[in-house]
Amino acid sequence: MSHEETNNVQVIPEDKEKTKKIWKVAAILAIVTIIEFIFAFTLPRGIILVSIFLGLTVVKAFYIVAEFMHLKHEQKALIWSIMIPTILILWLVVALMVEGSAIFNIRN
Amino acid sequence: MATTATIDTTTKNQWGGGVAPMNASYGKLMMWFFLLSDAFSFSALLITYGLIRYAHPAYEGTVSEFTFSTEYWPIPEMVFEAVPFLHGVHAPLIFVGIMTFILILSSVTMVLAVEAGHRMDRKGVIKWMLWTIIGGLTFLACQAWEWSHFIHGTAEGTVNAMGETIFGANLTENQYGPPLFASLFFFITGFHGFHVFSGVVINFIIFFNAVVGTYEKRGHYEMVEKTGLYWHFVDLVWVFVFTLFYLI
Repeated sequence: MSHEETNNVQVIPEDKEKTKKIWKVAAILAIVTIIEFIFAFTLPRGIILVSIFLGLTVVKAFYIVAEFMHLKHEQKALIWSIMIPTILILWLVVALMVEGSAIFNIRN
Repeated sequence: MATTATIDTTTKNQWGGGVAPMNASYGKLMMWFFLLSDAFSFSALLITYGLIRYAHPAYEGTVSEFTFSTEYWPIPEMVFEAVPFLHGVHAPLIFVGIMTFILILSSVTMVLAVEAGHRMDRKGVIKWMLWTIIGGLTFLACQAWEWSHFIHGTAEGTVNAMGETIFGANLTENQYGPPLFASLFFFITGFHGFHVFSGVVINFIIFFNAVVGTYEKRGHYEMVEKTGLYWHFVDLVWVFVFTLFYLI
């Protein structure tokens, strides 16, 4: 990291391809959200719908983390240090939802 | 950043100093691990929600005949169905959908600010940071309205098991469903909202520094990138809150 003072700053011109890609990812996120919306009002509630919602959420999370947070373009060691604990959390979300319905069944 | 010219290249290795492990600067790496620990806090809340929600009876009937009762967990689309200035109009999840779009858009403007920073484009950074701050403030305003509506409740209220009519919600009772429903709403969206608030404050500091030329003097805009990571994380958490709280 350089901390020296610089007076003449060269502004690099905008790369249209990069900007286009950012808006493309934004469009994907918007479309997935709209699909979730449509499903919320058209499909019957149940375990299949919950699974679809969780799946689509992971898709959105992938695009935010990989592209917006740039993790896809980092080194493998960094990618896995972040991903392995996160995957375990996702498993815990699902596991404790199942555990919750087990508690419900015991109570009734 | 990754290479330091003063170090003799022949003795350079991963543990010998002079190289950035994982090819990331110290600050960026620490931001990643902070976000990982923050993800643990949020998932603790969301996992609690998932467990408690499925440990409660679900509503069995059709959506059109749904009425509020403290006996079963409410359907989110029947609770969150109001939009500002449209009093009495049934618009399920529309307002929360708008909030989601606002947060996603402010995430996009943040990436554009980071991208402008890579090109040393101070004007671009200032412009996109300002949009990000506006997006964050708009989201906070929406959430304030949503909270106020949730706390005040509907005009009819709900009669509980003791025959009392409850209006709105607080931490001990609410008209929408079991007491834990409102408690979890306040905790989860409140904790997220506080993250958005602190994000807006940090974004403003970065915006201010960009305006006065701190990063131009420093020679790089890495601070924009680090705040960007935090801001995207806030957006990421909302994606999960949206699914677990408003859709399921």
